[in-house]
Amino acid sequence: MCRLVAITSDKYFSPMENILALETMKEGHDGSGMGLVLKDLGGEFEKLKGYPILSGICSRKGKSILDEFIEIQGFKLKYEWAPKIKRVNSITPRDYYFARVYDYPANFKNRSLQEKEDLLMNTRISLRRMGESDESIVVFSFYPDVITIKEVGDPLELSEFFSLDRSGLKAKVIFAQGRQNTNYAINLYACHPFFIQGYCSMTNGENTAFVPIREFLMSRGFPGYIGYNSDSEVFTHILHYTARQLRFPLHYYKDVITPLKPSEIEKRKDGEAIRLIKQSLRPLCIDGPNMVIGFTPDGICFMVQDSKKLRPGAVGGIKGKYALMSEECGLDRIIPQRDKSKDIFPMKYDMVIVPPGAKEVKVWNQLQG
Amino acid sequence: MEPATGIRLDYNHQLSLREFPYIIRWRDDRCKRCGNCTAVCPVKAIEPTVKVKRVVQSEGPIPTPTTTRGITHVIEQVTDMERYCTGCGTCTLVCPNEAIEPEFNPQNKFLHYKNKGGEGYKRGGRRNDPSISTLDRLKFTRISMLTDPALDAGRHEFRIRTLLGRILPPDELPLKSENGKLVVDRESKRFIPPVREIYPIIIGSMSVGALSPPMWEGLAMGVAYLNEVEEMPVVMCTGEGGVPPRLLKSKYLKYFIIQIASGYFGWDEIIHSLPLMTEDPAGVEIKYGQGAKPGDGGLLMAQKVIKLIAQIRGVPQYIDLASPPTHQTKYSIEESVMKMIQSMSMAWGFRVPVFPKISGTKTARAVLNNLARNPYAAALSIDGEDGGTGAAYNVSLDKMGHPIASNIRECYLDLVRQGKQNELPLIAAGGIGKKGNLAANAAALIMLGASAVAVGKYIMQSTADCFGYENNRCNLCNTGKCPRGITTQDPKLYRRLDSDKVAERLVEVFKAADVELRKIFAPMGRSTELPIGMSDGLSVNDKAIAERLEISYAC
Repeated sequence: MCRLVAITSDKYFSPMENILALETMKEGHDGSGMGLVLKDLGGEFEKLKGYPILSGICSRKGKSILDEFIEIQGFKLKYEWAPKIKRVNSITPRDYYFARVYDYPANFKNRSLQEKEDLLMNTRISLRRMGESDESIVVFSFYPDVITIKEVGDPLELSEFFSLDRSGLKAKVIFAQGRQNTNYAINLYACHPFFIQGYCSMTNGENTAFVPIREFLMSRGFPGYIGYNSDSEVFTHILHYTARQLRFPLHYYKDVITPLKPSEIEKRKDGEAIRLIKQSLRPLCIDGPNMVIGFTPDGICFMVQDSKKLRPGAVGGIKGKYALMSEECGLDRIIPQRDKSKDIFPMKYDMVIVPPGAKEVKVWNQLQG
Repeated sequence: MEPATGIRLDYNHQLSLREFPYIIRWRDDRCKRCGNCTAVCPVKAIEPTVKVKRVVQSEGPIPTPTTTRGITHVIEQVTDMERYCTGCGTCTLVCPNEAIEPEFNPQNKFLHYKNKGGEGYKRGGRRNDPSISTLDRLKFTRISMLTDPALDAGRHEFRIRTLLGRILPPDELPLKSENGKLVVDRESKRFIPPVREIYPIIIGSMSVGALSPPMWEGLAMGVAYLNEVEEMPVVMCTGEGGVPPRLLKSKYLKYFIIQIASGYFGWDEIIHSLPLMTEDPAGVEIKYGQGAKPGDGGLLMAQKVIKLIAQIRGVPQYIDLASPPTHQTKYSIEESVMKMIQSMSMAWGFRVPVFPKISGTKTARAVLNNLARNPYAAALSIDGEDGGTGAAYNVSLDKMGHPIASNIRECYLDLVRQGKQNELPLIAAGGIGKKGNLAANAAALIMLGASAVAVGKYIMQSTADCFGYENNRCNLCNTGKCPRGITTQDPKLYRRLDSDKVAERLVEVFKAADVELRKIFAPMGRSTELPIGMSDGLSVNDKAIAERLEISYAC
């Protein structure tokens, strides 16, 4: 079972905080991968918020292919960040780790956000396909104000490998996962958190209904619903589908993945709508065991449980800094000064929501709506 | 002139018992000559007769055998093909001394002779193939233990329900957001098709008329009990033959899917009852084909058309009621779909799901795609070759039709390719529970892509002890002489059947199937929705089947 650490704050902080929290949960991850997604970036990226950042890894050969392709697309490189690699015995380094900031092609500068998002996603997918067979190009995200870092290894050793403790990399929302490989091959694309067009999620657990959910998503006609090297990637895509594509308010994500019983639906004020949602999105119903932590493009962080609460999850913090984690020991490490009695352990009907800026935490209850 | 050998030519035109499918084993030493067996035999295959017999006897302390010739009473099987022993075993059932039983004769040449008068052999039942079907070869192999925790079939909550009705694609839902809440947008005028939440095992179409009054009544009572007491929304299809008038006007109509087929029997009464109905039916099934006899119509033999049946169907008594093989007023699939589905929908104000049933066929995908384009089509029911019937030609039963497993799988995957797998539910039928594995067969079909399954023959066997089996046992449904009283309108026969017991058994069957379904779904970690299309949970020990069904091979 993977270990998850999400921190949201009103101040920029280092991803080392997430990694130290993961270290407290060490028995739960096995070095088969660590993923970091940083949103609302500080440091050298603070002044580049409007520009898309391509995060990934490539070989020497892949680098020249990538450069050529992205130039043909019309993107202009504005800034490049690369981690300072420090040799660590247990980690086999790859050629280039990068986060590159680009300016949009000239003909896209005045386009709508949606058109820009589609361009970025399609470019990322093209790059992924070009480098997938020989792993010459691996790209995780291409989106403004978001950086993704993934590699196989123990989180603490990876932080040393990437010199994260000495880099100026900072953000206000950082998600981290320490992977426990179970059902699938060790593959960088299988590592959480998953990201698509501003939506991100990570989860601890398996997904027993993976096949019908994957079939449903892949048949939506949306080019971004691909990959699925991990059964957990569908959680991100369900979030994207319900919130972005169907334009449902965020809490309906809970109604989609864990729909209520008819007798419970009747009591909801929006019962008629959620009955229709339950029917039309029946294949997206999950059965756990999963706790899902996610964020949306506007910076809201949330945590939900499967309908039986088969996985742990805890949320706690202080005004201005909240953490959403798979284990409470991580909370103790990062925010020891918080009032523990106010920690939230969401149950099967709950959706814990931390708005941007982390000033407060709300619990939305599915029964009450 | 007689031949010199003295052999009478007449014997040449008599059949020996070896040609018959069942040979009666009668034990002289056990028989007390009560006559129960001969009285009860539905086909008069056995008769009492007398024989002259040489008997050796000895009395007294020292053996002193004496021979006497005398007349004894015996039970004899006739060698008349019109009175062949069907193997039903009613004789065994009534014999007080276990002196008689039919034995299957695998070397029989029954079909060589069962065409007297140039008429092909007609019977009821299902395909005479006792081998293991594809459904029974499928195994559930994704068992979670330490990875994704298995659920507990006894402790966790399971919702074994499915949807019957056309489901709107999510991007066409008429919803709008008001103060962060979604509400139905009435101004959009978008038609929202009716959808029922039902139990995924449907009682398949068996008509009033094909079934005896206590059988049909027993099933109907059981269905009402399951819904109202057990809270299991089981629905039952009426078959073609109308609905008893009181039921049409009762609150229980909501538990029934009314069938319309090519004979339109009973629909005069149904249409006239429309203004008096207090509930809508669960659905309307338009029968275009039947898995047991593809390309053939329905037939209710004259002897079964008694007064009650004639009234319900709106026909004279004691005439053969043949439903044509096709709907005579239709000339194309487009027209069939449009005219029939829409007119049936209109009859109930578009509040009732209307769907067609076809027999399993290579052309199922063509029908499917036509339905996928019609926004009023509520489902597609496909009835495979192992389905049962009350009456059909043996050749249709045995040699025509398509197995359900690959048919349902290819239809589901076709819908997946179009992204419509959740919009048009598939109902699978034909051979579910053939070997008694109701829940396992149903679960396998659901995981291949069916939203629900329909079961008929198994229900007759399990609730009313139907003798029928795939060695052509019994299969007398068409003759009206059902020895169990299930498919007869003869009061002397149907008095044997207690409708309360049928209802009780039906409830037991469904409750047991529900437990078994949970036992299958729990280790796979599926509980809040049906595992429709969860094909990664299935395996088979045959590579060709695995490849065809796109599931894994395990051995």
